[in-house]
Amino acid sequence: MRKALDRGFTFYLPLVCYAIFTLLPFYSMLTLAFHVGGETTGTFSYLPIPFTLEHFRVLFDEDSFLPYVRNSILVSLGTVILDIPLALLAGYALSRYRFRGKNAFMLSLLATQFVPTAMMIIPIYIIFKDLGLLNNLIGLVLINTTFELPLAVLLMRTFISSVPIELEEASMVDGCTQARGVIRVVIPMLKPGLVAVGAFCFVGAWNGYLFALFLMSEQDRYTVPVGLSYFLGEFNIDYPALAAGSLVAVVPVIAIFASAQRYITGGLAAGAVKG
Amino acid sequence: MRRWAPYLCVAPACLLLLAFVLGPVLSVFYYSLQNYNPTEPYLNGFAGLGNFRQIIWHDPVFWQSLGISLKWVLAEVVLQFLLGLGLALILNSKFRLRGAARAVIFSPWAVSGVAVTSMWTLMYNPFGGIFDTVLKDTGLAKTPVQWLADSHVLFGAVVTAELWRGVPFFAILLLAGLQAIPADLYEAARVDGAGRLRILFRITLPLLRDTIVIACLLRAVWEFKDVDVIYTMTGGGPAYQTTTLPLYIADQAIKEHNFGYGSALTVVGFVILVVFTLVYLRITRFGREH
Repeated sequence: MRKALDRGFTFYLPLVCYAIFTLLPFYSMLTLAFHVGGETTGTFSYLPIPFTLEHFRVLFDEDSFLPYVRNSILVSLGTVILDIPLALLAGYALSRYRFRGKNAFMLSLLATQFVPTAMMIIPIYIIFKDLGLLNNLIGLVLINTTFELPLAVLLMRTFISSVPIELEEASMVDGCTQARGVIRVVIPMLKPGLVAVGAFCFVGAWNGYLFALFLMSEQDRYTVPVGLSYFLGEFNIDYPALAAGSLVAVVPVIAIFASAQRYITGGLAAGAVKG
Repeated sequence: MRRWAPYLCVAPACLLLLAFVLGPVLSVFYYSLQNYNPTEPYLNGFAGLGNFRQIIWHDPVFWQSLGISLKWVLAEVVLQFLLGLGLALILNSKFRLRGAARAVIFSPWAVSGVAVTSMWTLMYNPFGGIFDTVLKDTGLAKTPVQWLADSHVLFGAVVTAELWRGVPFFAILLLAGLQAIPADLYEAARVDGAGRLRILFRITLPLLRDTIVIACLLRAVWEFKDVDVIYTMTGGGPAYQTTTLPLYIADQAIKEHNFGYGSALTVVGFVILVVFTLVYLRITRFGREH
């Protein structure tokens, strides 16, 4: 009895409390997004009854949120498509070769994490202006690709190192070239790594805010976070639209995270713990 | 060919990083020595260390923003560490639905800063948000609390929202560290009759030391430099009360178009971060045998 009580207080109570803290914002967002709304806008109710999809109609029809979603999808997919091969190549070199400058390269990958985004906006704005990349989604893809790349490379290195090198050597003995050996043997075994890095880059690009805000100033180039942030700036916040918009911003990343969570957390943790 | 293979592999990544990270970083150092404001072109030109003198001697907002940054990073890292450690310990023991519990508790990590602000702004709505409703229904508060306008609660409100998405990352790293501790060490300690607290302080924490050191550093750097949540939640106000150093930089660079001065502030922030990291790694003796 005492033991059960003890476990309740030191284990289940904190676990449940923290789970409630985690779920509370999702819960409040969901009820606001689907509830008809009280006499004042944004009034929370415990259940979304009476239920409505009206807020989403307003979001997509009147607030023209759909192009933002399309832009975000394009930019995020573009980032994943560029980052995966880049991270594979660099991660492979870091995992399988010893070469001069390897440590310097690793160190500079880590050093990029010390550069505040807010501080990069001025110079990148100037570069983009010269290259004509302002208000161009390709520019945003390039920036996201660059800033997701360092962790993607380090993550990929950890995953490639976990594929036994003997398998590759065996395929080379069998007459494969190194490149074919990598494609036929390493890539299939790298599925967790590809999923983790892909999810990581997609989520990072989908969530990116500051660069999108300052480099894409025309409304038809806004991404979801930028569109959402304009709801926040207003004096009278349209709470139901904000709730519906948040839902659109959050659902894709939560879905991706939920399906790739094991791989991402495993890879991040292995990289950080083993150094 | 083999000799060149690794260089060919890292070349594309290097090119991107040179173009969009190293180049811009170097230009920040260059602009920090210039007066550069596109709206006042007649003042543009070499400034020497003028920007830095201005920052150190004549800019009270800089010192205030530095103090707020310090307070912000300290609050976030300490609270994230304590909560993250507690969660990691709980999620490391065996229980039913452990996988589901991990997935739920780690999920805020994937939410963007802007979405964090949006979701918490919905809750902080002083007229009908979830907190207001619960406080009213339970009779705990008669008048609505202005979570994002009242300076007594504002800082705590923003810290809490950021905690919500910051704790999971800490917990993920600490959990991985815990899983690397051999189970027989705990067995042996229990056989010797050691209590739970004793095991925590004598075995778990010492073996987790390197993980804790690196996780705290990563979080401190990240919380120092990230602006998304504060920028969208308060915009740094009211009256610079939540303006951290990066927010002040964004303000100078983007609203005031003071590219030169903003770059000088950037250099100062960068130097602070590097000095902090070196001192921190030295004090914690990271990577040495203990």
